[in-house]
Amino acid sequence: MAGLSLDLIALQLFAGLALGAIYVLFAIGLSLIFGMLTVVNFAHGAFYMVGAYAGLYILMLGGNFWICLLAVPLAVGLFGMLVERFLIRRLYGRGIDYPLLLTFGLSYVMVELVRLAFGKTGYPFDTPDLLQGAVNIGVGYFPLYRLFVIGATAAVLLGLWLFLEKTSFGLIIRAGARDPQIVRVLGVDISNVWLIVFGIGTAIAGFAGLLAAPLQGVIPEMGSTILAEAFVVTVVGGMGSIGGAVLAGLLVGIVVSMSSLFAPEMAKVSIFALMAIVLIVRPQGFFGRAGLMS
Amino acid sequence: MNEMSQSLLRTQAARVSWFDVATRHRVALATLAVLVFPLVMPFTALAVNILIYGLYALGFNLVYGYLGLLSFGHAALFGTGAYLCGMAIVHFGLPWYAAIAIGVVAGLAMAALIGVLAIRTRGIYFAMVTMALSQCVYYLFYQAVDWTGGENGLRGINVRSIDLFGMRLDFLDPMTRYYVIAAFVIAAFFILSRILASPFGAVIEAVRENATRARASGYDVTLTRLITFVLSGGFCGLAGALQALHLSIVPIEILHYDTSGIVVMIALLGGMGTFFGPMIGAAVFLLLENLVSLWTVHWQLIVGAIFVICVLFFPAGIWGTLTSRGKR
Repeated sequence: MAGLSLDLIALQLFAGLALGAIYVLFAIGLSLIFGMLTVVNFAHGAFYMVGAYAGLYILMLGGNFWICLLAVPLAVGLFGMLVERFLIRRLYGRGIDYPLLLTFGLSYVMVELVRLAFGKTGYPFDTPDLLQGAVNIGVGYFPLYRLFVIGATAAVLLGLWLFLEKTSFGLIIRAGARDPQIVRVLGVDISNVWLIVFGIGTAIAGFAGLLAAPLQGVIPEMGSTILAEAFVVTVVGGMGSIGGAVLAGLLVGIVVSMSSLFAPEMAKVSIFALMAIVLIVRPQGFFGRAGLMS
Repeated sequence: MNEMSQSLLRTQAARVSWFDVATRHRVALATLAVLVFPLVMPFTALAVNILIYGLYALGFNLVYGYLGLLSFGHAALFGTGAYLCGMAIVHFGLPWYAAIAIGVVAGLAMAALIGVLAIRTRGIYFAMVTMALSQCVYYLFYQAVDWTGGENGLRGINVRSIDLFGMRLDFLDPMTRYYVIAAFVIAAFFILSRILASPFGAVIEAVRENATRARASGYDVTLTRLITFVLSGGFCGLAGALQALHLSIVPIEILHYDTSGIVVMIALLGGMGTFFGPMIGAAVFLLLENLVSLWTVHWQLIVGAIFVICVLFFPAGIWGTLTSRGKR
């Protein structure tokens, strides 16, 4: 343990932030969709995976990473909107379990379709040339791409915050999450709002998948692992709370990277231990409203 | 006119009665079906699989169908039963009956552990917490290589014969194996039927229908949920133990998220909250899987699509759709 310098810990902390950034993006989409539509999107991992594969496809066609950054969220979001419009919408008002079951079945279909198109084995995903190498961040050299992931996540969060807080459409979304009935009475076609929210949530999931691709490669099963971890994030942060998702996502990322430094064999299990503690001390999560889940 | 309405009444009565008869004699009927089942199956190994997954779904259905809590972590209960049963034989050389008992107890204990944490949350949280916790169990068993064999699975669970009251049954013979496992499944039918018919069974369904009202009537809702979840763990642990004996290896995939997902599909396909649903669901699901995988390796695509169609159009499942016709 004497070999562990403070700098190493600080570097690991930054690595945790980069990992956490992916969790944050994944979990805010999940939270946004749940807060608005009360749908737990079990296909969120599949949308994340589709985002990574869409990026791969664009690169294969000769596009570059910067085109992906724009095209992938658009394509995945559009696909998400189709899913909401033609599948999930049929199930509103039929109990909270049915949309969940539907998205669960859908995730099987999506994963298998990707296997059909791209094969069962994974692909490496090159880090874009401009973002290769490392930079000195004061405590040591840190991979440039990971810094970019942190920056891109911050940009998405800022954009989402401005959209939700400063635009009139964002106001409708926030009102709809509180009380859809009243919003409908006020003459707003809430089903269109739900369509767009599902699109935004899945677009962010696709974006997260694209950002994660250079870090861990691309395989059809990449979504189911992060789904379980994102559930930990939502339970810790409180379901339906975007602030909770951000804080808990970063916390989970840091816990994973710190435990892989100090106790590598416990790295996978540590976040579940964190969840167990939160469940015992504060079952509704950091920012969860107590009555929301009943 | 009078005659006509009477004959109408009579046909209605006849329609109601087959459903009533089926419900009243559900254990006898299920037993009969299980006994003749291998005779109509293409090969016995598939029949054994259906039996084991049916039992697994039976345990799951107790929580989802009767209690109304959607669990996505039942692989942890099934897998723990399988692993502990296997470990009892491989590492401690215990006889098969002791190993099965240990599998059941392991299922109960794991359900108690997960239940205590997950029951604290309500509604939709439950699916997420159970899924996350079962993922945690997966990693724990994956890393305990000395005990579980890790990635390679636990090998060497060799039970060649079942010695019972001086009789020696050849467990390697497929038919004998089927009926040995069927004996346990039939016992599980009987126990489940007793639980459901008991006053406690009525409380379980009361909690599902209206938890607030059940609480107002003086029932401890949290405790009822926990006990039901633990009982479910016993059934799933038994199914897991039988699976370990049947395969003579416990693959790590038994704890995987997909194993939790399959049982959700089976229960919904067969008809959740019904006595016969899980068995029917297991039979249809596994036959489908076998059939589709004959001509494509992408059977999950077909199965997933069928599941989506079921959720959209037949949420009551096969048995549920049949009985709603029968009741009408």
